[in-house]
Amino acid sequence: MNAITPITPATKPEDWASDQEVRWCPGCGDYAILKAVQRTMPDIGTARENTVFVSGIGCSSRFPYYMETYGFHTIHGRAPAIATGIKLANPDLDVWIVTGDGDGLSIGGNHMLHLLRRNLDVQLLLFNNEIYGLTKGQYSPTSQIGTKSPTTPFGSVDRPLSPCAFAMGAGARFVARTIDTAQKNMPEVLKRAHAHKGTSFVEIFQNCVVYNDDVFAKFTAKKAAPDNQIWVEHGKPLLFANGTKGLRLDRDHVRLSVIDVVDGDVSQVLLHDETNHLLAQLLVEMPFGEFPKALGVLYCDPAPSFEAEVHVQNERITAGRSGDLGALLNKGQGWDVKPARGPNL
Amino acid sequence: MATAFQTDTTPLPPTDNLPHPEAVVVRFAGDSGDGMQLTGGQFTLSTALAGNDLATFPDFPAEIRAPQGTTFGVSAFQINFGSIDIETAGDEPDVLVAMNPAALKTNIKALRRGGLAIIDSGEFGPRNLAKAGYAVNPLETHELDDWQVMAFDISALTLEAVKPFGLGNKESLRCKNMWTLGLALWMFDRDRAPLVDWLKTKFAKNPVLADANIAALNAGHAYGETAEIGGPLKQYHVDAAEAQPGHYRTITGGESLALGLVAGAHLAGLSMFFGSYPITPASPILHHLARLKEFGVTTFQAEDEIAAICSAIGASYAGQLGVTSSSGPGIALKGEAMGLAIMTELPLVIVNSQRGGPSTGLPTKTEQSDLYQAVYGRNGDAPLVVISARSPTDSFDVAIEACRLATQFMTPVMVLTDGYIANAAEPWRVPDRKDYTPFPAHFTEEPEADGRVLPYARDPETLGRRWIRPGTPGLMHRIGGIEKALDTGNINYEPANHQAMTDIRKAKIDGVAKFIPAQQVDVGNETGTLVVVGWGSTYGPIRKAVQRARSAGHDVAHVHIRYLWPFPANLGALLKGFGKVLVPEMNTGQLKTMLRDQFLVDARPLNKVSGQPFKIAEIEAAIAEMLK
Repeated sequence: MNAITPITPATKPEDWASDQEVRWCPGCGDYAILKAVQRTMPDIGTARENTVFVSGIGCSSRFPYYMETYGFHTIHGRAPAIATGIKLANPDLDVWIVTGDGDGLSIGGNHMLHLLRRNLDVQLLLFNNEIYGLTKGQYSPTSQIGTKSPTTPFGSVDRPLSPCAFAMGAGARFVARTIDTAQKNMPEVLKRAHAHKGTSFVEIFQNCVVYNDDVFAKFTAKKAAPDNQIWVEHGKPLLFANGTKGLRLDRDHVRLSVIDVVDGDVSQVLLHDETNHLLAQLLVEMPFGEFPKALGVLYCDPAPSFEAEVHVQNERITAGRSGDLGALLNKGQGWDVKPARGPNL
Repeated sequence: MATAFQTDTTPLPPTDNLPHPEAVVVRFAGDSGDGMQLTGGQFTLSTALAGNDLATFPDFPAEIRAPQGTTFGVSAFQINFGSIDIETAGDEPDVLVAMNPAALKTNIKALRRGGLAIIDSGEFGPRNLAKAGYAVNPLETHELDDWQVMAFDISALTLEAVKPFGLGNKESLRCKNMWTLGLALWMFDRDRAPLVDWLKTKFAKNPVLADANIAALNAGHAYGETAEIGGPLKQYHVDAAEAQPGHYRTITGGESLALGLVAGAHLAGLSMFFGSYPITPASPILHHLARLKEFGVTTFQAEDEIAAICSAIGASYAGQLGVTSSSGPGIALKGEAMGLAIMTELPLVIVNSQRGGPSTGLPTKTEQSDLYQAVYGRNGDAPLVVISARSPTDSFDVAIEACRLATQFMTPVMVLTDGYIANAAEPWRVPDRKDYTPFPAHFTEEPEADGRVLPYARDPETLGRRWIRPGTPGLMHRIGGIEKALDTGNINYEPANHQAMTDIRKAKIDGVAKFIPAQQVDVGNETGTLVVVGWGSTYGPIRKAVQRARSAGHDVAHVHIRYLWPFPANLGALLKGFGKVLVPEMNTGQLKTMLRDQFLVDARPLNKVSGQPFKIAEIEAAIAEMLK
């Protein structure tokens, strides 16, 4: 195991940029996310050599090449499985998984499910652009019904999956949501994700300028943002539209409803409790249109992480003993053959 | 060997006066619930403690609890033991123990003509006879006239023996296998004490059950003593086999392979990470390793085969020795990830416990039909090292060799074993750690002499690349499945670079041939009329068949290949020194095709894919045919 240097020298965002030329399409939301991550890493303070970015396949999965850290660009959908091996082998490493809606929720859906239920201590950034970019524009498991694409020329008919709802259902203990262009909020979300021990699931709405441009504009466009985004904060009232609207719990129907806030009276507005699983589920599943998009740290309720439990058990079982190979090989009922012994003696 | 078992009339003990057959084959067969594997396992232990050489063949159905009394629910355990070298579980049993009509029906034809069938007649009621497909009771017809039959009501005798312990009918009948084992121990003049100790330990929490089973064991033994006179039941004594001095134990292929991996990781100076997903017949390796945490082993039961290999790749990337294990269908799922390990040039050991295929095939039956899959079964030009185990004990050394090659050459290594080897047991002379030279793995912790970070710079001898663990200051770099630049490992799509990298990956694996032992001739001379070439678990029957042919004066040799890719450097020249080449395989001719391709030799196939190992006689017949 590698010992982590206790005092990490201060770094600047540019220290986290590798010498590799970034090759996303001009205007791709990935640039903004890369910038936000490189800007946040110095504040997080982990040494670059102890940081590993692991990805699968897709546009988002090129991410590790651009970070001046250790990086592993693996195969389609399998980043969580590879990260599990890395983290079990060396729990001291700070592991980030970068994936997309196709990589993480279609071909890699099974690994995502098990990563979340095991609660491996990693940060998982899921760039959701509701489309397959790298294979040239086919619809994805998060594409809205009716999405026209080369494989669905008459519009897709299958119902999309909500990444955060999937994560909650799989047992995630940290679920957050942000937007590629949210340069102010994203670093805070990333820092929270990093501070959380366990799998931190972060969905990032990311605009694909080539194949699915403006698919999130209804809530990301500057004008639409205030009325259509609600940034949640633990212990604070769930307010949006510059504080003129809020979310209230409709107790009779166990659902949320939007209410007007008059004269700053927030007494009817629900306070966000990020440890409340049910509330988080309500927030991530609010139908957009009737409700704003919930953003920020929606759920955070830590539980023991997988690699820590594995190592705790290993230590308990071994009790500091180091195995005696000779004794192991000789285990069980054996017999000796003496040098002089022949078949009939 | 097996025919040495005689059924002549013999005076009563003492031991010295008993007949001393050189080797005997016994087959226990019963319903899945009758505990035949346990009986066989304990008889094996007793055999080993008596100093006999032995080989076993557990042969059981895929169903865990198949409907009682059916032919497809029959579970059998065959053991061949003797005072001579034993290489196979035996062609034909000399003794068959059949616990019900279905077991008799499915196994009697295998029994040597004139051999002894011990039958529990208590199970031969109309219901069980019907389930086995017998219109009339074979014990009452001439159907079994080719064999000596000893039929008696083992069920009733067991019930009688355990009566004092007040068990229910069902629990009482469960002691039948110990009664049978007791009889078998008497037949072969064995000490009951180790079995009594074992029962006391096994049922430590339930002393009544321990006592009942011991009573059944003793009753079976006593039955032999009293029922001997006049019947076909006789007592025999098989002498201890000549063996190299040392400490011995019995070991199955699965355990041997698991221990070899542990030893291999130790010799490399690495912790081991074992990522696996349950699959028959590979799971025992995971079961063994899961208990060995104090040896620096981390086991991970992944969510699927792909995650299993990917987690192992991740662990290797992080600086441990990643190992994954499966059987054919699971290996197919791992294919893409093997390509990643080849591209990123990380050490990885992949164990394939082969079974009958394709698809789900025959999960509990043996076959060696994954050779093409191992050598060729990936997209792109994707070479890796393939080696094979020939027996349960050989699995230990093969596993160590896999660890050595994987870490020295920074490559995936596939180990081919099979269901037969995995489950079979044989005596093992426990090796000393001093018998093995350590091969410490090397991690790069400094930049190159010119200050550059070059993860794909290589050892000039092995062509293995640098192994740089995350956590190493100053050496941050990125790797992945996209083609890498020659030295930095950065993404590179240039035509000349892909050509060069493909050539290097091939040259590296081809070059392994320089670092493995030359191919030896196992039996016979370096040149001659006919060479019989095998790999894997056909070792025993080929060796015996060649020995017999040589005893009959034929110019035959046996070459058994451990290193299947790359082949040993001298293999082509060696094979060309023989007039004819015969390749017995439990597939439709995969090694045969590879030998033809690699060496332009006229290799002829002998193929068997029945789910059962080769019989010595089958190979003898093919040798005779080739020599005509």
